[in-house]
Amino acid sequence: MADRKPLFGFRDIHVEVEGKEVVNGVSLEICPGEIHAIMGPNGSGKSSLSNALMGHPGYAIAKGEAYLDEHNLLKLSADERSRAGLFLAFQYPLAIPGVTVANFMRTAVKSHRGKDADMSDFRKSFFKEMEDLSIDRSFATRYLNEGFSGGEKKRVEILQMAMLNPKIALLDETDSGLDIDALKTVSDGINRFHSDNNGILLVTHYQRLLNYVRPHHVHVMMHGRFVKAGGPDLALQLEEKGYDWIEQEMREEAEA
Amino acid sequence: MADSTNPQNEKLSSLNTDYAAKYGFHDPVDYFHKGAKGINHGVVEMISRMKKEPKWMAERRHEALDIFLSKPMPLWGNTKLLSEIDLTDIYYFMKPVEEQSKSWDDVPDYIKRTFDRLGIPEAERRFLGGVSAQYESEVVYHSMREELKKQGVIFLDMDSALREQEETVRHYFGTIIPSTDNKFAALNTAAWSGGSFIYIPPGLNVKIPLQAYFRINAENMGQFERTLIIADKGSRIHYIEGCTAPIYSTDSLHAAVVEVIALEGSYIRYTTIQNWSRNVFNLVTKRASAYRNATVEWIDGNIGSRLSMKYPCIQLLGEGAKAEVLSVALAGAGQHQDAGAKVIHAAPNTSSRITSKSISKDDGRASYRGLVKIHKNAVNSKASVQCDALLIGEQARSDTYPTMEIDNDQVRVEHEARVSKVAEEQLFYLTSRGLSEDEARLLIINGFMEPFTKELPMEYAVELNRLIELEMEGNVG
Repeated sequence: MADRKPLFGFRDIHVEVEGKEVVNGVSLEICPGEIHAIMGPNGSGKSSLSNALMGHPGYAIAKGEAYLDEHNLLKLSADERSRAGLFLAFQYPLAIPGVTVANFMRTAVKSHRGKDADMSDFRKSFFKEMEDLSIDRSFATRYLNEGFSGGEKKRVEILQMAMLNPKIALLDETDSGLDIDALKTVSDGINRFHSDNNGILLVTHYQRLLNYVRPHHVHVMMHGRFVKAGGPDLALQLEEKGYDWIEQEMREEAEA
Repeated sequence: MADSTNPQNEKLSSLNTDYAAKYGFHDPVDYFHKGAKGINHGVVEMISRMKKEPKWMAERRHEALDIFLSKPMPLWGNTKLLSEIDLTDIYYFMKPVEEQSKSWDDVPDYIKRTFDRLGIPEAERRFLGGVSAQYESEVVYHSMREELKKQGVIFLDMDSALREQEETVRHYFGTIIPSTDNKFAALNTAAWSGGSFIYIPPGLNVKIPLQAYFRINAENMGQFERTLIIADKGSRIHYIEGCTAPIYSTDSLHAAVVEVIALEGSYIRYTTIQNWSRNVFNLVTKRASAYRNATVEWIDGNIGSRLSMKYPCIQLLGEGAKAEVLSVALAGAGQHQDAGAKVIHAAPNTSSRITSKSISKDDGRASYRGLVKIHKNAVNSKASVQCDALLIGEQARSDTYPTMEIDNDQVRVEHEARVSKVAEEQLFYLTSRGLSEDEARLLIINGFMEPFTKELPMEYAVELNRLIELEMEGNVG
């Protein structure tokens, strides 16, 4: 991690959903090679933040800045953000009936490269990644996420990440709904992807994923704000004590 | 008029430009025969005389004309659009050439060029067992592979069939769809010309499709082809038809009648890709009878025309017979696709499945109109109907008119109808992977159509996807 110049960052981000502010000014920077985790209870604004950063039209960024490399992200549409190197693994990936995983993947890879990928190269890397993620080859011709179990959907999200090789991956509750074997497979996939040149932002309620994917920095999010930051130990503390003690600390600070 | 500032019109004109380049051109022609507009007993008499028909057929025509003249226009469907057809402003018979050709080299150059541009000779070389090419009222080119001929397959244009297979034609003609069935079936019977006649001998499995291509070239043209397909016991056949026309500001009329007979244990698949230009009224009657353990499948794609009213029907007359209808309609600006299916269960242990998929965009309208009738004796029958409609844009419209008449209680009937919009969430999911919004929408639409396109020979599936892409181009619904 020689290069300390941030790869990705956002400053004072405010997110509104249907006119209501759900994220009230958060800031973060990720340097190349870093893994960050945002942890927080349900409804703290974690998913809203990830969706807004990816450019979901239902999550308006009312204020703030965000960048990836030299790109001003907030000026880009979702597809442009993707092509600039941003990736969001969804908490609840949607089914696209009639569109096979392979066809979808090839279309996405093509949009990133600006030209059709060489078929044999594409097939080689696609099947390799599937194998590494213990996804049966038959999934290539299945319709995207249609009838997939929760674990299968999450693995296919990681497959997409591996194929698109983004600079920054936002992983929204990627651990939810996974049994222990699937959690391990998915974590291995994330660790394989991780390099000195990219960054990862894990968004999670629980710390169990963090046993497998070790973050360098942990940020606690509550009520739309980052309220505490720390190293990997903070995640363990949260696992042990829950989120209430932070709430308590905040109240005490406010009273002081 | 501020037409050019209206994105709708721009879109439409860009679409027409492409249709024009690919299908919408027309040939200046010097026809062998071009009668006057309008229809009456004199015109029918002239058609019959030019064809040197047997007397019984001439009589059928005149009877049918009286039925046509006495029946009112349909009082259902899109009556407003129907009322716009000026039946006196149509040419009912145009004979482009004196003789039909068996080789493309003998087809007049201007007609050959047309079919070259449409890719027909190419398709024939690559994957078809036989081809019939109809231009205006008559089939100008017809050919079938030698090996099929040797195996006893008869594939003729209907005019030749009446000469060469008169007894068979007489035996079946109008038995599935009588002239009294509806006004346009009567008109077809009176003015019919061209179309296909197919007979497959018992037990023969014809593995490569036979195809007919229908082309309207002239303005104000009425095309009334008549098709009769007979699959003898245990045989199998796949027949494909396609159609296009130039773009004119005045209306043309296409009113075909297709009668299909699937004898015991046979299998017939009938695939249509209807891509008429948007000045064509497409009012077609298609019906099949399936006998014991026979299967009939209508694969019916409607993309073009101004108004289509078409409900392919299968009568399940023998025990164990099966019906499958897969209908797809794409209704763009100014179009109404009133499509659907009818299945009549008239024997025990019969089964049917109707799948209708429609896409409406701009102010296009797609309707599913269907009937499933299960007679009292059709015990242990199964029927399922599934309608999926996809709407793009706020003005698009979809209607479903399903009718079920069930006269016995030992049956299983399922019906499901769904209307969806291309969801913002789906679009976001795909765009977050780098696809532009147009690409994402197209992928969702192609996925929606997939159950249909996967049933087509690859060449047609590719062409259909291209047509959809064209239709969706620049759409920011």
